[in-house]
Amino acid sequence: MRTERGVRAFAALLAVLLAACATQERVILLPEAGGRTPSLAVSQHGRDVLLDHPYAATELTVADPWRYEATPQEVRDTFGAALAAQPARAAFFTLNFVEGSDQLTADSAQALEAMFAEVAKRPVRDIVVIGHTDAVGSDEYNDQLALKRAQAVRAMLATRGIPEQDIVAVGRGKRELLVPTPDGVAEPRNRRVEIVVR
Amino acid sequence: MHRMIVVAWLLGIATLAHGADIGQVKVVKGHVTIERAGRSIPVTAGMRVEASDVVKTGADGSVGITMTDNSLLSAGPDSVLALDRYEFDDVTSAGRFDASLRQGTLAVVSGRLAKQSGDAMKVHTPSAILGVRGTEFVVRVGDAH
Repeated sequence: MRTERGVRAFAALLAVLLAACATQERVILLPEAGGRTPSLAVSQHGRDVLLDHPYAATELTVADPWRYEATPQEVRDTFGAALAAQPARAAFFTLNFVEGSDQLTADSAQALEAMFAEVAKRPVRDIVVIGHTDAVGSDEYNDQLALKRAQAVRAMLATRGIPEQDIVAVGRGKRELLVPTPDGVAEPRNRRVEIVVR
Repeated sequence: MHRMIVVAWLLGIATLAHGADIGQVKVVKGHVTIERAGRSIPVTAGMRVEASDVVKTGADGSVGITMTDNSLLSAGPDSVLALDRYEFDDVTSAGRFDASLRQGTLAVVSGRLAKQSGDAMKVHTPSAILGVRGTEFVVRVGDAH
């Protein structure tokens, strides 16, 4: 009985000492905006702690990583400034093109306006424009067509006052088909330009 | 076969030439500097970051950076964040990203590198390594007692 009390007292003392001298680092997993399954492996002195649900947290002490459940309040109090400085997430758009040309399909007008609106929201932006084709024609032909499509989108952005230096335009030809087809098959969904707005 | 090697070599060169630009500073508040090649450069919004940059924020400072793999890093006041190593293949999403928070607070949203491989993105603290597997999280490294 006496021994047990002694062990408990020692454990309590140890916990206080550890908290006093060594708790300098902490890691908190946050809820996912995209609904993905979050997971973070924290490795210290060869020991791993897996954080695998929102607000799962660990405080790294000299001894062992100590796991706890954090709160939204703690996140706001300690990380408010870092989170306030978080840039806007990348936004993604796809525009489709008429066969063999760098003309947008009529259906793409709405996506185009949505892209312009997103670009306008961002004071500091970099934009990546990637042109693709379907599998009709040679590699050389499609590389040129894909690049022409990307450059057409860059020109559309320029008309809205977006400087060309903010935009990287590249063509990938028929190498990355969105809808896999045999070579030579015309597929409207593959005739596209993908745009990343950051 | 020979042609594929040449293409791979050309792609490699393109990656290297483009490697200088690994991300962009999107948000700056207060005093923020980057240490690059022994110099301390004041940070302004729109500035590009490079591998080996060390980003420092003052007592009133905070900074937000978007990397080319779409990951987001933002640091609060009195922080020291090193972008130790960054390789990213925009076509395959393969590569590697090592960053270190030496001091202060950091918020992270991972991007294409972490999505492609659970080993590709690591955030180091003085005592631990965080293996990022498609995750949003915050890290604090406090003052030494």
